[in-house]
Amino acid sequence: MVIFAILAALTVAGGLAAVMLRNTVHCALAVAVAFAGLALLFLRLNAQFAGFAQILVYVGAVAILVVFAILLTRNSETPATGVFSKTWLAGLVIAAAVFAVLAWAVIKSQAALPQEQTEPQISVAQIGNALMGRYVLPLEIVAVLLTAAMIGAVIVAMHEKGSAK
Amino acid sequence: MTNTLDQIFVLLKHWIIGFLPVWLQPIVAALLSVVAILAVFPGLFAISVLLERKGLGRMQNRIGPNRVGPLGVLQPVADGIKALIKEDVIPYSADHVVHFLAPVMLVVVVFMGYAVLPMGRNMTFVPMDAGLLFYFAMGASAELTVFMAGWSSRNKYSLLGAMRAVAQMISYEVPLLMSSVVIVMMTGSLSLDKIVEVQNQYTWGLPHWFVFTPMGFAAFVMFAIAATAETNRSPFDLPEGESELVAGYFTEYSGFKFAEFFLGEYVAMLSISGLGATLFLGGWSAPLAILNVVPSWFWFFAKIMTWICFYIWMRGTFPRLRQDQLMNFAWKFVLPMTLLNLLVAGLWRFMGEGFLRWVVCSAILLSAYIIGGRIGMRSKKFGPRSYRYAE
Repeated sequence: MVIFAILAALTVAGGLAAVMLRNTVHCALAVAVAFAGLALLFLRLNAQFAGFAQILVYVGAVAILVVFAILLTRNSETPATGVFSKTWLAGLVIAAAVFAVLAWAVIKSQAALPQEQTEPQISVAQIGNALMGRYVLPLEIVAVLLTAAMIGAVIVAMHEKGSAK
Repeated sequence: MTNTLDQIFVLLKHWIIGFLPVWLQPIVAALLSVVAILAVFPGLFAISVLLERKGLGRMQNRIGPNRVGPLGVLQPVADGIKALIKEDVIPYSADHVVHFLAPVMLVVVVFMGYAVLPMGRNMTFVPMDAGLLFYFAMGASAELTVFMAGWSSRNKYSLLGAMRAVAQMISYEVPLLMSSVVIVMMTGSLSLDKIVEVQNQYTWGLPHWFVFTPMGFAAFVMFAIAATAETNRSPFDLPEGESELVAGYFTEYSGFKFAEFFLGEYVAMLSISGLGATLFLGGWSAPLAILNVVPSWFWFFAKIMTWICFYIWMRGTFPRLRQDQLMNFAWKFVLPMTLLNLLVAGLWRFMGEGFLRWVVCSAILLSAYIIGGRIGMRSKKFGPRSYRYAE
Protein backbone atom coordinates (compact mmCIF):
# COMPACT_ATOMS: atom_id res chain seq x y z
CA MET A 1 0.00 0.00 0.00
CA VAL A 2 2.86 2.39 0.86
CA ILE A 3 4.56 1.52 -2.41
CA PHE A 4 1.34 2.09 -4.28
CA ALA A 5 0.95 5.51 -2.62
CA ILE A 6 4.51 6.52 -3.59
CA LEU A 7 4.06 5.36 -7.19
CA ALA A 8 0.66 7.02 -7.50
CA ALA A 9 2.06 10.27 -6.12
CA LEU A 10 4.96 10.05 -8.60
CA THR A 11 2.64 9.43 -11.54
CA VAL A 12 0.18 12.18 -10.60
CA ALA A 13 3.01 14.62 -9.92
CA GLY A 14 4.50 13.83 -13.33
CA GLY A 15 1.16 14.35 -15.01
CA LEU A 16 0.48 17.60 -13.17
CA ALA A 17 3.96 18.91 -13.91
CA ALA A 18 3.41 18.09 -17.59
CA VAL A 19 0.50 20.52 -17.81
CA MET A 20 1.70 23.16 -15.33
CA LEU A 21 5.37 23.73 -16.17
CA ARG A 22 6.24 26.71 -18.33
CA ASN A 23 9.04 25.16 -20.35
CA THR A 24 7.75 22.79 -23.03
CA VAL A 25 10.73 20.44 -22.87
CA HIS A 26 10.34 20.19 -19.11
CA CYS A 27 6.72 19.21 -19.73
CA ALA A 28 7.83 16.45 -22.09
CA LEU A 29 10.29 15.15 -19.49
CA ALA A 30 7.54 15.27 -16.87
CA VAL A 31 5.35 13.18 -19.17
CA ALA A 32 8.18 10.64 -19.32
CA VAL A 33 8.18 10.54 -15.51
CA ALA A 34 4.43 9.93 -15.51
CA PHE A 35 4.88 7.10 -18.07
CA ALA A 36 7.58 5.53 -15.92
CA GLY A 37 5.33 5.79 -12.87
CA LEU A 38 2.54 4.03 -14.77
CA ALA A 39 4.97 1.30 -15.83
CA LEU A 40 5.99 0.78 -12.21
CA LEU A 41 2.31 0.55 -11.24
CA PHE A 42 1.85 -2.18 -13.87
CA LEU A 43 4.85 -4.02 -12.47
CA ARG A 44 3.38 -3.67 -8.98
CA LEU A 45 0.31 -5.51 -10.32
CA ASN A 46 2.56 -8.33 -11.60
CA ALA A 47 1.89 -7.31 -15.20
CA GLN A 48 5.48 -7.68 -16.42
CA PHE A 49 4.73 -7.48 -20.10
CA ALA A 50 2.58 -4.36 -19.83
CA GLY A 51 5.10 -2.69 -17.55
CA PHE A 52 8.16 -3.30 -19.70
CA ALA A 53 6.29 -2.56 -22.91
CA GLN A 54 5.17 0.71 -21.34
CA ILE A 55 8.78 1.70 -20.65
CA LEU A 56 10.04 0.46 -24.02
CA VAL A 57 7.34 2.16 -26.09
CA TYR A 58 6.37 5.22 -24.08
CA VAL A 59 9.59 6.27 -22.31
CA GLY A 60 11.83 4.98 -25.09
CA ALA A 61 9.93 6.09 -28.17
CA VAL A 62 6.89 8.27 -27.54
CA ALA A 63 8.63 10.66 -25.13
CA ILE A 64 11.50 10.99 -27.61
CA LEU A 65 9.07 11.69 -30.45
CA VAL A 66 7.35 14.37 -28.35
CA VAL A 67 10.69 15.98 -27.61
CA PHE A 68 11.68 15.90 -31.28
CA ALA A 69 8.36 17.45 -32.25
CA ILE A 70 8.91 20.24 -29.73
CA LEU A 71 12.42 20.97 -30.92
CA LEU A 72 11.63 20.81 -34.64
CA THR A 73 8.62 23.13 -34.52
CA ARG A 74 8.88 26.83 -33.99
CA ASN A 75 7.11 28.98 -31.44
CA SER A 76 7.39 26.45 -28.69
CA GLU A 77 8.11 29.29 -26.27
CA THR A 78 5.56 29.78 -23.53
CA PRO A 79 3.36 32.86 -24.07
CA ALA A 80 3.68 35.65 -21.56
CA THR A 81 0.12 35.06 -20.36
CA GLY A 82 1.13 31.80 -18.73
CA VAL A 83 0.28 28.18 -19.35
CA PHE A 84 -3.40 28.39 -18.39
CA SER A 85 -5.72 28.92 -21.30
CA LYS A 86 -8.79 31.14 -20.95
CA THR A 87 -11.17 28.23 -21.11
CA TRP A 88 -9.55 26.24 -18.33
CA LEU A 89 -12.86 25.89 -16.49
CA ALA A 90 -14.55 24.16 -19.45
CA GLY A 91 -11.49 21.93 -19.84
CA LEU A 92 -11.66 20.98 -16.19
CA VAL A 93 -15.36 20.08 -16.48
CA ILE A 94 -14.76 17.94 -19.58
CA ALA A 95 -11.80 16.17 -17.97
CA ALA A 96 -13.81 15.50 -14.82
CA ALA A 97 -16.72 14.17 -16.89
CA VAL A 98 -14.46 11.81 -18.83
CA PHE A 99 -12.87 10.62 -15.59
CA ALA A 100 -16.31 10.07 -14.03
CA VAL A 101 -17.51 8.00 -17.00
CA LEU A 102 -14.35 5.87 -16.97
CA ALA A 103 -14.49 5.38 -13.21
CA TRP A 104 -18.16 4.45 -13.40
CA ALA A 105 -17.44 1.92 -16.16
CA VAL A 106 -14.57 0.38 -14.21
CA ILE A 107 -16.58 0.07 -10.99
CA LYS A 108 -19.62 -1.36 -12.80
CA SER A 109 -17.55 -3.87 -14.72
CA GLN A 110 -16.45 -5.50 -11.48
CA ALA A 111 -19.90 -7.06 -11.10
CA ALA A 112 -19.93 -8.38 -14.66
CA LEU A 113 -16.61 -10.20 -14.37
CA PRO A 114 -16.36 -13.62 -12.77
CA GLN A 115 -15.21 -13.41 -9.18
CA GLU A 116 -11.80 -15.02 -8.90
CA GLN A 117 -10.52 -16.15 -5.57
CA THR A 118 -6.83 -15.99 -6.32
CA GLU A 119 -4.87 -13.52 -8.39
CA PRO A 120 -4.47 -14.79 -11.94
CA GLN A 121 -0.83 -15.41 -12.83
CA ILE A 122 -0.39 -14.23 -16.40
CA SER A 123 3.05 -14.88 -17.83
CA VAL A 124 4.53 -13.25 -20.91
CA ALA A 125 4.36 -16.61 -22.69
CA GLN A 126 0.59 -16.77 -22.17
CA ILE A 127 0.15 -13.27 -23.61
CA GLY A 128 2.25 -14.27 -26.60
CA ASN A 129 0.23 -17.43 -27.17
CA ALA A 130 -3.03 -15.50 -26.93
CA LEU A 131 -1.81 -12.85 -29.37
CA MET A 132 -0.59 -15.43 -31.88
CA GLY A 133 -3.53 -17.78 -31.43
CA ARG A 134 -6.92 -16.45 -30.46
CA TYR A 135 -6.34 -12.76 -31.14
CA VAL A 136 -4.24 -13.09 -34.28
CA LEU A 137 -6.83 -11.35 -36.49
CA PRO A 138 -7.07 -8.14 -34.40
CA LEU A 139 -3.27 -8.13 -34.18
CA GLU A 140 -2.95 -8.34 -37.95
CA ILE A 141 -5.55 -5.61 -38.45
CA VAL A 142 -3.63 -3.33 -36.09
CA ALA A 143 -0.42 -4.17 -37.94
CA VAL A 144 -1.99 -3.27 -41.30
CA LEU A 145 -3.33 -0.03 -39.83
CA LEU A 146 0.08 0.94 -38.47
CA THR A 147 1.79 0.09 -41.76
CA ALA A 148 -0.75 2.20 -43.63
CA ALA A 149 -0.14 5.11 -41.25
CA MET A 150 3.61 4.77 -41.72
CA ILE A 151 3.35 4.70 -45.52
CA GLY A 152 1.07 7.74 -45.33
CA ALA A 153 3.63 9.61 -43.26
CA VAL A 154 6.39 8.74 -45.72
CA ILE A 155 4.26 9.90 -48.65
CA VAL A 156 3.53 13.22 -46.93
CA ALA A 157 7.23 13.73 -46.29
CA MET A 158 8.19 12.78 -49.87
CA HIS A 159 5.69 15.20 -51.37
CA GLU A 160 7.19 18.13 -49.50
CA LYS A 161 10.66 17.19 -50.64
CA GLY A 162 9.55 16.94 -54.27
CA SER A 163 7.89 20.35 -54.36
CA ALA A 164 10.89 22.00 -52.80
CA LYS A 165 13.12 21.12 -55.74
CA MET B 1 36.35 -29.19 -6.82
CA THR B 2 35.31 -28.02 -10.29
CA ASN B 3 31.79 -27.58 -9.04
CA THR B 4 32.88 -25.53 -6.04
CA LEU B 5 34.98 -23.26 -8.20
CA ASP B 6 32.08 -22.87 -10.62
CA GLN B 7 29.70 -21.85 -7.86
CA ILE B 8 32.25 -20.03 -5.71
CA PHE B 9 30.48 -16.66 -5.80
CA VAL B 10 27.08 -18.17 -5.09
CA LEU B 11 28.52 -20.17 -2.17
CA LEU B 12 30.34 -17.08 -0.89
CA LYS B 13 27.09 -15.13 -0.90
CA HIS B 14 25.25 -17.89 0.97
CA TRP B 15 28.11 -18.12 3.47
CA ILE B 16 27.99 -14.38 4.18
CA ILE B 17 24.22 -14.16 4.59
CA GLY B 18 24.29 -17.26 6.79
CA PHE B 19 25.59 -15.09 9.62
CA LEU B 20 22.58 -12.79 9.53
CA PRO B 21 19.08 -13.07 11.00
CA VAL B 22 16.45 -14.48 8.65
CA TRP B 23 14.49 -11.27 8.09
CA LEU B 24 17.65 -9.45 6.99
CA GLN B 25 18.80 -12.15 4.57
CA PRO B 26 16.89 -11.21 1.37
CA ILE B 27 17.88 -7.56 1.66
CA VAL B 28 21.54 -8.30 2.25
CA ALA B 29 21.57 -10.91 -0.52
CA ALA B 30 20.24 -8.33 -2.98
CA LEU B 31 22.68 -5.75 -1.68
CA LEU B 32 25.63 -8.10 -2.08
CA SER B 33 24.72 -8.81 -5.71
CA VAL B 34 24.35 -5.09 -6.43
CA VAL B 35 27.72 -4.36 -4.81
CA ALA B 36 29.32 -7.13 -6.85
CA ILE B 37 27.91 -5.71 -10.10
CA LEU B 38 28.91 -2.17 -9.13
CA ALA B 39 32.43 -3.33 -8.33
CA VAL B 40 33.14 -5.72 -11.19
CA PHE B 41 31.92 -3.73 -14.18
CA PRO B 42 33.64 -0.43 -13.41
CA GLY B 43 36.76 -2.56 -12.89
CA LEU B 44 36.27 -4.06 -16.34
CA PHE B 45 35.64 -0.52 -17.59
CA ALA B 46 39.09 0.50 -16.37
CA ILE B 47 40.66 -2.54 -18.03
CA SER B 48 38.88 -1.95 -21.32
CA VAL B 49 39.85 1.75 -21.39
CA LEU B 50 43.47 0.76 -20.90
CA LEU B 51 43.17 -1.97 -23.54
CA GLU B 52 41.59 0.49 -25.92
CA ARG B 53 44.25 3.15 -25.47
CA LYS B 54 47.08 0.64 -25.73
CA GLY B 55 45.50 -1.26 -28.61
CA LEU B 56 44.63 1.85 -30.59
CA GLY B 57 48.16 3.06 -30.00
CA ARG B 58 49.52 -0.14 -31.52
CA MET B 59 47.19 0.10 -34.52
CA GLN B 60 48.22 3.70 -35.12
CA ASN B 61 51.94 3.02 -34.76
CA ARG B 62 52.40 4.85 -31.48
CA ILE B 63 53.07 3.68 -27.96
CA GLY B 64 50.01 4.74 -26.03
CA PRO B 65 50.00 5.48 -22.29
CA ASN B 66 53.22 4.18 -20.68
CA ARG B 67 54.09 6.59 -17.89
CA VAL B 68 51.84 5.73 -14.92
CA GLY B 69 52.97 2.52 -13.28
CA PRO B 70 54.65 -0.39 -15.07
CA LEU B 71 53.81 -0.23 -18.82
CA GLY B 72 51.19 2.39 -18.02
CA VAL B 73 48.75 -0.03 -16.39
CA LEU B 74 47.82 2.47 -13.67
CA GLN B 75 46.64 5.02 -16.23
CA PRO B 76 42.89 4.44 -15.49
CA VAL B 77 43.54 5.13 -11.79
CA ALA B 78 45.23 8.40 -12.66
CA ASP B 79 42.36 9.28 -14.99
CA GLY B 80 39.84 8.56 -12.25
CA ILE B 81 41.63 10.74 -9.70
CA LYS B 82 41.92 13.50 -12.27
CA ALA B 83 38.19 13.37 -13.00
CA LEU B 84 37.37 13.47 -9.28
CA ILE B 85 39.44 16.52 -8.44
CA LYS B 86 38.66 18.57 -11.55
CA GLU B 87 36.42 21.59 -11.28
CA ASP B 88 32.78 20.91 -12.12
CA VAL B 89 31.86 23.64 -14.60
CA ILE B 90 28.18 24.22 -15.29
CA PRO B 91 27.40 26.70 -18.10
CA TYR B 92 25.64 29.85 -16.90
CA SER B 93 22.60 29.39 -19.14
CA ALA B 94 22.32 25.62 -18.64
CA ASP B 95 19.22 24.05 -17.19
CA HIS B 96 20.78 23.11 -13.87
CA VAL B 97 18.41 20.38 -12.70
CA VAL B 98 18.26 18.52 -16.01
CA HIS B 99 21.99 19.08 -16.54
CA PHE B 100 22.67 17.38 -13.21
CA LEU B 101 20.13 14.57 -13.65
CA ALA B 102 21.22 13.42 -17.13
CA PRO B 103 24.55 11.72 -16.27
CA VAL B 104 23.17 10.24 -13.05
CA MET B 105 20.17 8.73 -14.81
CA LEU B 106 22.33 7.42 -17.64
CA VAL B 107 24.55 5.50 -15.23
CA VAL B 108 21.50 4.19 -13.34
CA VAL B 109 19.67 2.80 -16.36
CA VAL B 110 22.85 1.36 -17.84
CA PHE B 111 23.57 -0.56 -14.64
CA MET B 112 19.95 -1.73 -14.41
CA GLY B 113 20.49 -3.82 -17.54
CA TYR B 114 22.91 -6.08 -15.66
CA ALA B 115 20.12 -7.25 -13.39
CA VAL B 116 18.95 -9.84 -15.92
CA LEU B 117 22.23 -10.97 -17.49
CA PRO B 118 23.22 -14.53 -16.49
CA MET B 119 26.89 -14.12 -15.60
CA GLY B 120 27.46 -17.75 -14.73
CA ARG B 121 25.57 -20.85 -13.68
CA ASN B 122 22.99 -19.65 -11.08
CA MET B 123 24.48 -16.19 -11.27
CA THR B 124 21.58 -14.07 -12.51
CA PHE B 125 20.69 -11.26 -10.14
CA VAL B 126 16.97 -11.25 -11.01
CA PRO B 127 15.98 -14.39 -12.97
CA MET B 128 13.05 -12.80 -14.73
CA ASP B 129 10.52 -14.34 -17.06
CA ALA B 130 10.66 -11.32 -19.36
CA GLY B 131 14.37 -10.65 -18.94
CA LEU B 132 15.07 -9.68 -22.54
CA LEU B 133 12.17 -7.23 -22.53
CA PHE B 134 13.47 -5.68 -19.32
CA TYR B 135 16.90 -5.27 -20.84
CA PHE B 136 15.55 -3.49 -23.91
CA ALA B 137 13.27 -1.30 -21.80
CA MET B 138 16.30 -0.09 -19.87
CA GLY B 139 18.27 0.41 -23.09
CA ALA B 140 15.45 2.53 -24.48
CA SER B 141 15.43 4.74 -21.38
CA ALA B 142 19.07 5.65 -21.98
CA GLU B 143 18.04 7.60 -25.08
CA LEU B 144 16.07 10.09 -23.04
CA THR B 145 19.06 10.79 -20.78
CA VAL B 146 21.23 11.47 -23.82
CA PHE B 147 18.67 13.96 -25.04
CA MET B 148 18.46 15.54 -21.57
CA ALA B 149 22.23 16.00 -21.52
CA GLY B 150 22.34 17.62 -24.94
CA TRP B 151 19.35 19.85 -24.50
CA SER B 152 20.09 21.10 -21.00
CA SER B 153 23.60 22.26 -21.93
CA ARG B 154 22.16 25.10 -24.09
CA ASN B 155 24.92 24.57 -26.59
CA LYS B 156 24.33 24.08 -30.30
CA TYR B 157 26.96 21.38 -30.58
CA SER B 158 25.49 19.53 -27.63
CA LEU B 159 21.99 19.71 -29.03
CA LEU B 160 23.10 18.60 -32.50
CA GLY B 161 25.03 15.73 -30.94
CA ALA B 162 22.03 14.71 -28.88
CA MET B 163 19.71 14.81 -31.87
CA ARG B 164 22.12 12.69 -33.88
CA ALA B 165 22.54 10.28 -31.00
CA VAL B 166 18.82 9.90 -30.40
CA ALA B 167 18.00 9.48 -34.10
CA GLN B 168 20.73 6.88 -34.42
CA MET B 169 19.77 4.99 -31.28
CA ILE B 170 16.09 4.87 -32.26
CA SER B 171 16.93 3.70 -35.79
CA TYR B 172 19.28 0.94 -34.67
CA GLU B 173 17.12 -0.17 -31.80
CA VAL B 174 14.67 -1.66 -34.30
CA PRO B 175 17.20 -4.06 -35.91
CA LEU B 176 18.65 -4.78 -32.47
CA LEU B 177 15.25 -5.96 -31.23
CA MET B 178 14.43 -7.75 -34.49
CA SER B 179 17.67 -9.73 -34.52
CA SER B 180 17.06 -10.78 -30.92
CA VAL B 181 13.51 -11.87 -31.77
CA VAL B 182 15.03 -14.63 -33.93
CA ILE B 183 16.61 -16.11 -30.81
CA VAL B 184 13.33 -15.77 -28.92
CA MET B 185 11.59 -17.63 -31.75
CA MET B 186 14.15 -20.43 -31.57
CA THR B 187 13.97 -20.86 -27.79
CA GLY B 188 10.37 -19.87 -27.21
CA SER B 189 11.29 -17.82 -24.15
CA LEU B 190 12.19 -14.26 -23.21
CA SER B 191 14.10 -15.44 -20.17
CA LEU B 192 17.85 -15.07 -20.65
CA ASP B 193 18.51 -18.03 -18.33
CA LYS B 194 16.38 -20.24 -20.53
CA ILE B 195 18.17 -19.00 -23.64
CA VAL B 196 21.54 -20.00 -22.14
CA GLU B 197 20.15 -23.35 -20.99
CA VAL B 198 19.06 -24.20 -24.54
CA GLN B 199 22.53 -23.39 -25.88
CA ASN B 200 24.33 -25.31 -23.15
CA GLN B 201 24.16 -28.68 -24.95
CA TYR B 202 26.83 -30.45 -26.90
CA THR B 203 26.87 -32.72 -29.95
CA TRP B 204 30.20 -34.49 -30.53
CA GLY B 205 31.74 -32.08 -28.02
CA LEU B 206 30.61 -29.02 -29.98
CA PRO B 207 28.16 -26.51 -28.47
CA HIS B 208 24.63 -25.71 -29.69
CA TRP B 209 25.27 -21.96 -29.86
CA PHE B 210 22.83 -20.01 -31.97
CA VAL B 211 25.64 -18.38 -33.90
CA PHE B 212 26.25 -21.78 -35.52
CA THR B 213 22.82 -21.86 -37.21
CA PRO B 214 22.19 -20.00 -40.51
CA MET B 215 19.75 -17.39 -39.21
CA GLY B 216 21.52 -17.26 -35.88
CA PHE B 217 24.70 -16.24 -37.69
CA ALA B 218 22.89 -13.65 -39.81
CA ALA B 219 21.18 -12.29 -36.69
CA PHE B 220 24.54 -12.24 -34.90
CA VAL B 221 26.10 -10.06 -37.59
CA MET B 222 23.10 -7.72 -37.60
CA PHE B 223 23.10 -7.62 -33.79
CA ALA B 224 26.79 -6.75 -33.70
CA ILE B 225 26.24 -3.88 -36.16
CA ALA B 226 23.19 -2.56 -34.32
CA ALA B 227 24.91 -2.92 -30.93
CA THR B 228 27.89 -0.90 -32.17
CA ALA B 229 25.55 1.84 -33.35
CA GLU B 230 23.46 1.68 -30.18
CA THR B 231 26.49 2.34 -27.99
CA ASN B 232 27.69 5.15 -30.31
CA ARG B 233 30.95 3.38 -31.04
CA SER B 234 33.15 3.97 -34.04
CA PRO B 235 32.37 3.68 -37.00
CA PHE B 236 28.97 4.90 -35.80
CA ASP B 237 30.30 7.60 -33.45
CA LEU B 238 28.83 10.59 -35.27
CA PRO B 239 27.08 11.90 -32.13
CA GLU B 240 30.47 12.67 -30.67
CA GLY B 241 32.38 13.28 -33.88
CA GLU B 242 35.25 15.40 -32.59
CA SER B 243 35.93 16.99 -35.95
CA GLU B 244 32.38 18.33 -36.24
CA LEU B 245 30.76 18.59 -32.83
CA VAL B 246 33.55 19.03 -30.26
CA ALA B 247 32.34 16.14 -28.12
CA GLY B 248 28.65 15.85 -28.98
CA TYR B 249 26.06 15.77 -26.25
CA PHE B 250 28.53 15.86 -23.36
CA THR B 251 30.52 18.86 -24.59
CA GLU B 252 29.47 20.96 -21.61
CA TYR B 253 30.25 18.36 -18.97
CA SER B 254 33.46 18.43 -17.02
CA GLY B 255 35.00 16.71 -14.05
CA PHE B 256 33.15 13.80 -12.59
CA LYS B 257 30.00 14.29 -14.68
CA PHE B 258 32.09 13.75 -17.79
CA ALA B 259 33.55 10.68 -16.13
CA GLU B 260 30.00 9.45 -15.56
CA PHE B 261 29.24 9.72 -19.27
CA PHE B 262 32.47 7.94 -20.06
CA LEU B 263 31.64 5.23 -17.54
CA GLY B 264 28.08 5.00 -18.87
CA GLU B 265 29.32 4.51 -22.43
CA TYR B 266 31.77 1.76 -21.56
CA VAL B 267 29.46 0.02 -19.12
CA ALA B 268 26.75 0.05 -21.80
CA MET B 269 29.27 -1.49 -24.20
CA LEU B 270 30.15 -4.20 -21.70
CA SER B 271 26.48 -4.85 -21.01
CA ILE B 272 25.44 -5.10 -24.65
CA SER B 273 28.43 -7.38 -25.27
CA GLY B 274 27.14 -9.50 -22.40
CA LEU B 275 23.71 -9.61 -24.00
CA GLY B 276 25.19 -10.51 -27.38
CA ALA B 277 27.26 -13.25 -25.78
CA THR B 278 24.18 -14.54 -23.97
CA LEU B 279 21.98 -14.56 -27.04
CA PHE B 280 24.37 -15.89 -29.66
CA LEU B 281 27.55 -17.18 -28.07
CA GLY B 282 26.04 -19.40 -25.41
CA GLY B 283 26.40 -17.04 -22.43
CA TRP B 284 28.33 -18.84 -19.72
CA SER B 285 28.54 -22.19 -21.51
CA ALA B 286 31.97 -23.45 -22.51
CA PRO B 287 32.97 -23.47 -26.20
CA LEU B 288 33.86 -27.18 -26.08
CA ALA B 289 32.41 -29.93 -23.92
CA ILE B 290 35.82 -30.80 -22.46
CA LEU B 291 36.32 -27.18 -21.39
CA ASN B 292 33.44 -27.45 -18.93
CA VAL B 293 35.98 -27.88 -16.13
CA VAL B 294 36.68 -24.15 -16.38
CA PRO B 295 34.16 -22.18 -14.28
CA SER B 296 31.12 -20.82 -16.13
CA TRP B 297 31.65 -17.20 -15.05
CA PHE B 298 35.09 -17.26 -16.63
CA TRP B 299 33.53 -17.99 -20.03
CA PHE B 300 31.00 -15.20 -19.69
CA PHE B 301 33.63 -12.58 -18.91
CA ALA B 302 36.02 -14.00 -21.52
CA LYS B 303 33.30 -13.60 -24.15
CA ILE B 304 32.61 -10.03 -23.04
CA MET B 305 36.26 -9.09 -23.24
CA THR B 306 36.62 -10.74 -26.66
CA TRP B 307 33.72 -8.65 -27.86
CA ILE B 308 35.35 -5.51 -26.42
CA CYS B 309 38.60 -6.32 -28.24
CA PHE B 310 36.57 -6.66 -31.42
CA TYR B 311 35.08 -3.20 -30.80
CA ILE B 312 38.54 -1.73 -30.31
CA TRP B 313 39.77 -3.40 -33.48
CA MET B 314 36.83 -1.93 -35.42
CA ARG B 315 37.50 1.52 -33.98
CA GLY B 316 41.09 1.29 -35.11
CA THR B 317 40.11 0.11 -38.59
CA PHE B 318 37.01 1.83 -39.95
CA PRO B 319 36.47 5.47 -40.89
CA ARG B 320 33.40 7.26 -39.54
CA LEU B 321 30.17 7.07 -41.53
CA ARG B 322 28.19 10.05 -42.79
CA GLN B 323 24.78 10.75 -41.29
CA ASP B 324 22.78 9.85 -44.43
CA GLN B 325 24.83 6.68 -44.94
CA LEU B 326 24.12 5.75 -41.36
CA MET B 327 20.35 6.15 -41.71
CA ASN B 328 20.17 4.51 -45.14
CA PHE B 329 22.17 1.58 -43.85
CA ALA B 330 19.82 1.11 -40.88
CA TRP B 331 16.52 1.37 -42.71
CA LYS B 332 17.36 0.07 -46.19
CA PHE B 333 19.76 -2.74 -45.43
CA VAL B 334 19.84 -3.89 -41.82
CA LEU B 335 16.10 -3.74 -41.17
CA PRO B 336 14.99 -5.67 -44.33
CA MET B 337 17.65 -8.29 -43.66
CA THR B 338 16.48 -8.80 -40.08
CA LEU B 339 12.88 -9.09 -41.31
CA LEU B 340 13.96 -11.75 -43.82
CA ASN B 341 15.76 -13.44 -40.98
CA LEU B 342 12.50 -13.64 -39.02
CA LEU B 343 10.85 -15.40 -41.96
CA VAL B 344 13.75 -17.84 -42.23
CA ALA B 345 13.56 -18.53 -38.50
CA GLY B 346 9.88 -19.40 -38.91
CA LEU B 347 10.70 -21.69 -41.83
CA TRP B 348 13.42 -23.37 -39.74
CA ARG B 349 10.90 -24.02 -36.99
CA PHE B 350 8.34 -25.62 -39.31
CA MET B 351 10.69 -27.69 -41.46
CA GLY B 352 11.44 -29.95 -38.53
CA GLU B 353 14.63 -31.79 -37.72
CA GLY B 354 16.95 -32.81 -40.51
CA PHE B 355 19.62 -31.85 -42.95
CA LEU B 356 17.28 -30.20 -45.47
CA ARG B 357 16.48 -27.16 -43.34
CA TRP B 358 20.15 -26.29 -43.04
CA VAL B 359 20.51 -26.25 -46.82
CA VAL B 360 17.29 -24.32 -47.51
CA CYS B 361 17.76 -21.68 -44.79
CA SER B 362 21.42 -21.11 -45.64
CA ALA B 363 20.59 -20.84 -49.34
CA ILE B 364 17.84 -18.26 -48.77
CA LEU B 365 20.03 -16.07 -46.55
CA LEU B 366 23.15 -16.38 -48.69
CA SER B 367 21.32 -15.55 -51.92
CA ALA B 368 19.57 -12.58 -50.26
CA TYR B 369 22.86 -11.14 -49.03
CA ILE B 370 24.69 -11.76 -52.31
CA ILE B 371 21.91 -10.36 -54.51
CA GLY B 372 21.34 -7.42 -52.17
CA GLY B 373 25.04 -6.66 -52.09
CA ARG B 374 25.39 -6.91 -55.88
CA ILE B 375 22.41 -4.63 -56.53
CA GLY B 376 23.62 -2.16 -53.95
CA MET B 377 27.11 -2.04 -55.44
CA ARG B 378 25.80 -1.67 -58.99
CA SER B 379 23.46 1.21 -58.11
CA LYS B 380 26.35 3.05 -56.47
CA LYS B 381 28.30 2.96 -59.77
CA PHE B 382 31.68 2.61 -58.13
CA GLY B 383 34.43 3.68 -60.49
CA PRO B 384 37.99 4.88 -60.08
CA ARG B 385 38.35 7.18 -57.10
CA SER B 386 37.97 10.86 -57.92
CA TYR B 387 38.89 13.87 -55.82
CA ARG B 388 37.19 17.22 -55.56
CA TYR B 389 39.01 20.17 -54.04
CA ALA B 390 37.65 23.43 -52.71
CA GLU B 391 38.25 26.17 -55.24
